[in-house]
Amino acid sequence: MLPFSFEWVWDMGHIVFHGGLHYAMSILGIGMAYCVIKALVQTVKGEDGHSGHH
Amino acid sequence: MSTKSLDSALIPEGADRCPLWQFLLAIAVVGAVLLWGVYAMFLCWFKGLNQTNMNDYYGFALWIWADLAIIALGGGAFFSGFLKYLVGKDELKNLINYAVLIGFICYSSALLILAIDIGQPLRGWFIFWHANVHSMLTEVAFCLSCYFAVLTIEYIPLILENRQLNRVAFFHHLAHNMHGIMAIFAATGAFLSFFHQGSLGGVAGVLFGRPFGFREGVLIWPWTFFLFTWSAAACGPCFTILVTKLTEKITRKKLVPDKTIWLLAKISGWMIGTYIVAKIIDTWYWATVTVPAKGQTISQFYSDNPLYGMWILILEVVICGVVPAVILISKKGRESNGGLWTAVILACIGVSLNRWVMVLQVLAVPVLPFDSWAMYIPSWQEVATTLLPVCYGIILIMISYRYLPIFPKERELNAAPAPAPVTDAQPEPANA
Repeated sequence: MLPFSFEWVWDMGHIVFHGGLHYAMSILGIGMAYCVIKALVQTVKGEDGHSGHH
Repeated sequence: MSTKSLDSALIPEGADRCPLWQFLLAIAVVGAVLLWGVYAMFLCWFKGLNQTNMNDYYGFALWIWADLAIIALGGGAFFSGFLKYLVGKDELKNLINYAVLIGFICYSSALLILAIDIGQPLRGWFIFWHANVHSMLTEVAFCLSCYFAVLTIEYIPLILENRQLNRVAFFHHLAHNMHGIMAIFAATGAFLSFFHQGSLGGVAGVLFGRPFGFREGVLIWPWTFFLFTWSAAACGPCFTILVTKLTEKITRKKLVPDKTIWLLAKISGWMIGTYIVAKIIDTWYWATVTVPAKGQTISQFYSDNPLYGMWILILEVVICGVVPAVILISKKGRESNGGLWTAVILACIGVSLNRWVMVLQVLAVPVLPFDSWAMYIPSWQEVATTLLPVCYGIILIMISYRYLPIFPKERELNAAPAPAPVTDAQPEPANA
């Protein structure tokens, strides 16, 4: 549910529950977007990257 | 052991795997049971929940027990991630991939079971869009889904490190980048796990009309909230160790250094030890204060029925709680093969039994004067659909073990001993 949904109420329950959900999803989304975009740039630049990362 | 098979180009370099036919045969055997579960799953979806033995007493039944148990056992992933990425226990790098895989299987299984349990999976998204923000189960659904996303993110780099996929530059970079910020994902996962493990316990703890489950607590959180999180963090690593040891037995290989296993066992032992002390205090307070305040006595919860006696409390707390804690805390205990096996098996049984008690015994205990104990036997469809994720897990482990570099020390630990050096003193062949 998003704040512009007709069911949304600006109370503590909605803010905490959905705020937490969107916060966690944002971290995961931004993190993955960073990894994917960086990988795309590295690939286009033709970086080797086989330097071992473990 | 292995010969050059059709899929050898996909197998990690230097890894020794069984022939392809053997692998496919094993998949087929487990897959047959899996198909039985799939058949039962479709029966539940097409014919409805009348296929189960759930009723007005048992709205939660075998599935929810299995759900809570595998979520607890899958806790090894979040706790290992927490120890490695946030506490800095770098030794766990030898086991973290497998912990992630086990966690991924446990959580995807939990979601699959829930998809069957809701009866109408097409409406599964309602819990997100039409959320009841006063329900602990809404919070469980949110955290469970997000944590499954975290586990998927942690599992993806492992897939991308497959020998062939890793040759693709983009996949190689992506896996590398994901490893680079894995600590952020692991921290998010630990946060999410803390809340959903806790809320699963909180559900039983807030049932003020059912004194068997009800507990006092802090603010809105009953003590069961904290005990569930604690027990998952304590016993989850034991399940990770158990599955690792089983994999080593089946593959007849050493996959993880003893030092890593012992470290995790030691931490798990202390966690179980502290958890069980808290559990004993909680049980004592509940039995002597909470239950009498509700007008009942503890003996009423453990008598006049064919199954639930005091034995279940003793088995959970003493035999499957105190005993594994003592074994794992002691250096001699955790470093002996028999001791380690015994402790991790008991710990896994203990946490599963705890979930059984908190889900099913809660519902079985009569709450009205004219009520009697409500016993329950699952239908074959429930049993089949509960075995379904077990088979799925076995198959995913088999595929991952065969094609992905799950165990970074596997080659080193299984290297053939170097041949004896040839010296000048060796006698020359007679016909030279």
